[in-house]
Amino acid sequence: MNGEIQLQVSGLVKRFGEETVLNGIDFCVRKGEVVVVLGPSGCGKSTLLRCMNGLESPDAGSIFLDGEAISAGGKNIAQLRQKIGMVFQSYDLFPNKNIIDNITLAPVKVQKRSKKEAEEQAEKLLKRVGLWEKRKAYPRELSGGQKQRVAIIRALCMNPEVMLFDEVTAALDPEMVREVLDVMIELANQGMTMVIVTHEMQFARAIADRVIFLDGGSIVEDSKPDEFFTNPKTKRAKDFLQTFAYEKRRTNIN
Amino acid sequence: MGLDFGFMQKYLPWYIDAAILTVRVSFFGILFSLVVGVICSVIRYYKIPVLQRIVSVYIEISRNTPLLVQLFFLYFGLPKIGIVWSAEICAVVGLAFLGGSYMSESIRSGLESVEKSQIESAASLGMSKALTMKEVIFPQALASSVPGICANVIFLIKETSVVSGIALADLMYVTKDLIGLYYETDEALIMLVAFYLVILLPVSVLASLIERRLRYAGFGN
Ligand SMILES: Nc1ncnc2c1ncn2[C@@H]1O[C@H](COP(=O)(O)OP(=O)(O)OP(=O)(O)O)[C@@H](O)[C@H]1O
Ligand SMILES: [Mg+2]
Repeated sequence: MNGEIQLQVSGLVKRFGEETVLNGIDFCVRKGEVVVVLGPSGCGKSTLLRCMNGLESPDAGSIFLDGEAISAGGKNIAQLRQKIGMVFQSYDLFPNKNIIDNITLAPVKVQKRSKKEAEEQAEKLLKRVGLWEKRKAYPRELSGGQKQRVAIIRALCMNPEVMLFDEVTAALDPEMVREVLDVMIELANQGMTMVIVTHEMQFARAIADRVIFLDGGSIVEDSKPDEFFTNPKTKRAKDFLQTFAYEKRRTNIN
Repeated sequence: MGLDFGFMQKYLPWYIDAAILTVRVSFFGILFSLVVGVICSVIRYYKIPVLQRIVSVYIEISRNTPLLVQLFFLYFGLPKIGIVWSAEICAVVGLAFLGGSYMSESIRSGLESVEKSQIESAASLGMSKALTMKEVIFPQALASSVPGICANVIFLIKETSVVSGIALADLMYVTKDLIGLYYETDEALIMLVAFYLVILLPVSVLASLIERRLRYAGFGN
């Protein structure tokens, strides 16, 4: 892929106290590209995404969106965040608002769009994921998978240029994972630029244009999905992939 | 011992006037204590420098001095520096001064119970701090502080009984007056209790209705 660079991370360092979680991260995401970030638990995947959205401020290095620097304390951070949608693991819809208000709150109050126009877009998006009937429901009345789809739509309704997903299916019951991943695949097919953290390996392989493998605070591999999954270059990546594979159990019955 | 119903009937209007005064002082005192409580709790929640220290001092003073002492200060103390308020204004201000700290603590615990992830998802939608407070944190905080707020309301209504100390003709004052004048102790006390119940029971019932509604609404994912 060789579109223009949309998101650029360079020399990113993030420490929590003594612990250096990210130790010089460099990569860029091109327009329309889907990058999946993999790595063992605690390697800093969430921290990386949070830095990219200005929720954490890096100790060194910088992140650029369309050439504009993102910094947590910066003046334009709220503006930049409108261009970067983020969905978290814990589907944090606002429990005090119904679905349609959850989705249109920021478009109306932050982007100053008309309520009517925002609602039209919200309803269109809800229809697309089969949740239009739930527009007046409250989050507590939805299943985890439904809530997570609404959370994705809430971010989409801001018309972002990039979407960040942090293990959005990790808290879901297995039967609900699919419906959420399907929404993400559709989004990717429409050309959305996406950075995805996930533990769903098959999904990662299917959706990714590129896989970034993070370990020990730095990028260990940055390659095409097929290459990464069939022929990882490093031992660490091999070991990591091993943890998802199951050996066929020796059967007890002959 | 028979009750002197004639006496009770005769002085009923006194009690009604006194009850109206109690309700009026309670209403405005509680209203202002909510205002003070919201302001103080938000200051403490955001840990706004300087203001936060002032609020802490206020809360310590307010919680650790009896209302009667606060009222004496307002009613007898302030005139010495040239501020003269009517007894009723002193009562309202005193109640708000006392109630403000209780309300502040209740609301603050509500604010703190709102999960950090709620704030982060608001931030990731580009919402400002103020907008997040107004649309996300505060409504959720209020829902979870309602039981505390209701308890404070009832506590503050009961506390108004000390305003008789600055010669306001509330229920307590009228009762003491009648007992002093006519020694009709039983009748006066029965009327006192009855009037407090008339005021407090509906409030208490209303409070538990609101609490139940909120429980059903079951905020929280
Ligand atoms: N706010 C924080 N304060 C202190 N340490 C933190 C904080 N956030 C994350 N960490 C630490 O930074 C490291 C990386 O955390 P992070 O959540 O980014 O990992 P992760 O790769 O997303 O893990 P997982 O796959 O389990 O979600 C961990 O060791 C974690 O304990
Ligand atoms: Mg994580």
